[in-house]
Parts: sequence; C-alpha cells; structure tokens
Amino acid sequence: MNTTSPQGAAQAPRTLEEFMVQAYAMEREAVERYTEFADAMEMHNNREVAALFRTMAGYEAKHATQIMTEMGWKTPPASPPGGFRWDGFEAPETVPIESVHYLMQPWHALQLALAAEQRAEAFFKALADATTDEAVRRAARELQAEEAEHVELVTAWMARVPTPDGNWQDDPDPPRYTD
Amino acid sequence: MNDLATPIAVRTAADYKSGYKPIWCPGCGDFTVLGAITKALAIVQLPPHEVAVVSGIGCSSRIPAYTTCYGFHGVHGRALAAGTGLKVARPDLTVLVTGGDGDGYSIGGNHFMHACRRNVDMTYIVMDNHVYGMTKGQASPTTEPDWDNKLSPGGTGVRSFHPLVIALAAGANFVARAFSGDPNGTADIIAQGIRHPGFSFIEILSPCVTFRPEQRDWKQQVHAASVGPTDDAARAARRIMSDDGFNLGVLYAGQRTPYPAGAREPTCNPSSLTAEFEL
Repeated sequence: MNTTSPQGAAQAPRTLEEFMVQAYAMEREAVERYTEFADAMEMHNNREVAALFRTMAGYEAKHATQIMTEMGWKTPPASPPGGFRWDGFEAPETVPIESVHYLMQPWHALQLALAAEQRAEAFFKALADATTDEAVRRAARELQAEEAEHVELVTAWMARVPTPDGNWQDDPDPPRYTD
Repeated sequence: MNDLATPIAVRTAADYKSGYKPIWCPGCGDFTVLGAITKALAIVQLPPHEVAVVSGIGCSSRIPAYTTCYGFHGVHGRALAAGTGLKVARPDLTVLVTGGDGDGYSIGGNHFMHACRRNVDMTYIVMDNHVYGMTKGQASPTTEPDWDNKLSPGGTGVRSFHPLVIALAAGANFVARAFSGDPNGTADIIAQGIRHPGFSFIEILSPCVTFRPEQRDWKQQVHAASVGPTDDAARAARRIMSDDGFNLGVLYAGQRTPYPAGAREPTCNPSSLTAEFEL
C-alpha cells in the first residue's frame, strides 16, 4: 500500500490540545466509516454484518466522547472543514472503503476492525516515540494502551465467530455475469 | 497540512448529506466521492440552497439525492446540457455536474466537449471506473482495450478515451485528477474546482469493486503529481499525455474568461433580418 498521501502528511501535534483534537478527529472519522458500512450492508440485506459495523461505530463514538470529557470540551473541537490530513490517505483507524463486500461475514468485519485497531495502536506509539512534549507523550501512551486493549478484545471476539469457508463469496444470483 | 487555525466551520460536511442512504455496492468508490463533495462544500461554505447538483444516468449519477442541495437527476448523457442551462438561467447558483465515464464520455461525449468549449462557470465531477456498472459490466470509453471478459472477449481492442486531454483541448479552464480512496485530498481538489472561474473538470478514479475488483490496486498505483498546476495548456497537455494515468492533483488551471464573456455591442440585430423578408 502506498502510505504516503499525495496531498501531504499530517502535521505532528505540538501540544496536548492539538494532539487530542487529532485523536478526536481520528475517532470521528472511524465512526463515519463504520456507519457508512452499516448503512450499505443494510441496503444489501446483510443485517448481521450491518449490526456489527453499527456496534463498532458506537464504540468509536464512545471513545470520541471520552476524549471530549477528558479535555473538558463542551462542544466538538474545530477541525479543518475538508477533513484532517493524515500520513496515509485516511486516518489510521478508518477502514478503507474498498475493503468490504456485500456477502462478507462477521469474521471479515472483525478482521477489518482488528487491522484498524492495530494501525491506531501503531500510530499512537509512533507519536509517543517521536514527540518532545511530555504531556503529548503521556496522552499518546495512554491511547496506545487503550488501542492495545481493543486489539485484544477484537481478537477474542474473532475467536467466537465462525471462520468463513472458502466459498463465502458465492452468490447464486450474482450481480455480475461477465465471468 | 492541517490548519487548526481555520475558524469553526458554520456548516460541516454532514450539513450537505441528505437522509437517503446510498444503494451503491459496499466498497464502491462513489461513497467517498460523495463524502468528498460534501467536504468540499463545507470548505467553500456555500449554503445548500445555493448549490445545484445535476446528474445523468448511472451508479454515480445517484449523487444528487444523497445531498441536501438542489438536485436534478436527468437524462442519460445530458447532465452537462441541463447543468449549462441551469447555470446560464441562474448564475447565482453554484452548479456541480456529476456522473460516470459512460454517461459523460460516451452517451454524453459531445456535450462534454462543448461544455468545455463554452466554459460556463460550473464544476464537472466524473467518477471514472472504466466500466458500465449499472448495466452489469460492459466496456466503457475509458476501459482498457485488453480488458478481457465475456461481454468483450479478448478485450474491445479499442483505444481508451483520454478525457483529461480532450477537456484541455476543448477548452476546459481547470483540469484535475483525484482518487476516491483519498477523500480529503479529493475534497480539496473539488473545492479548488468550484472556486476556479469557468468550466472545471475533475476526473476521479473511483473503483468499481463489483465488476472491476482489480481496481482495488489503484490505491497502490496513484501518486501525487510531481509538479504543480500550470496555466499553459500546451505544457499541461504534454504532461497529461505522458503521465501514467495515476497522476493526482490539479494539472491545469487556466485563465479563460467564463461564458458569457463581456457583452459586446452587436453589429446587427434580429429586426434587420425581418426587414429583409418584408414584401
């Protein structure tokens, strides 16, 4: 994957406030994407996966609210109207749009969520390692630890859902007949 | 670069999204293009009632319904004709025309060239996936000649249409390429297109994961244009003709005066014609 955004890299936060604004934006972008996936899956009558994506959106929304509470913000912080710029095309915790399939199963959805949590953990770790601001480092380490917990939770969750068989994409009435 | 000094936006991207849920296939690039359009409108901070989104027919042409702006879901290939009429009649509106490669370059191909030539102040956003998705996967004007499938065994063998060069040659005043997988970068380019006077053409590579699943690899292939935009059409044409089709950014930003150009005193008027037919 090309991890360098053609539009430029994210600005490294210099203060705790800037860092938490970025962390908040990351959570909100994840909420938006999971909600988008949930809506799309409902449209395609994949209700089980839709519910799972809806749940993931709920978790990420809670994390965003938690950040607001910790910072004592009464309203969401200002962010660029066109969205944040990240080192990659999108925020580390955002699942890429093209990753989903209308016949995907809960295991696949959790696999995507797991990868997203792992990216988020790596993002906060890299930030904590790189920053020279002690408050930013402390907050980044806390969020890194939280993401590590999420990685464990999603991994445990994956063990409880059936692993898809090799034919999971088979559709008796496929949308395509070109091959 | 993130500009945290930007004042709190009065309107956010969510203000431009309607309550209708897209029916696109999960994974479709058009989801993030919709997101980019709403973010672009948040950047330019236009009230939704001052924006009209006009489309033709195809998967991507569903976009007007998913916004809170005025919308017109028109006839196949005729989105630019409708958009031109609207803009000329209501110059106070910001007009965005949206559609796909089939709608814009084949059925509406002639309108495309002449919309570029007229240079009416509007923004044309094409979600190019190199296939007719809505009608189940036929080759479109931008399909690669060797794309092998049951509907065109061995490929069509027909050279692909090159929309950016055609737009440039026909007179578009702003030419850019974006990628749906980079929604925030795309939003920025769309906002630039809206702000640029005249006809802005933005080609967005938007994968069709159902009929062209291999287009997921576009994410690895796209890259930023190595140089900034030029206002020299000949230089832009050389760059676009020689690039690999995955060069992202504003490639040309011209200085043509949009239609209607400054009014000139007519040298004749229709009444002189009627006089010739008087008996």
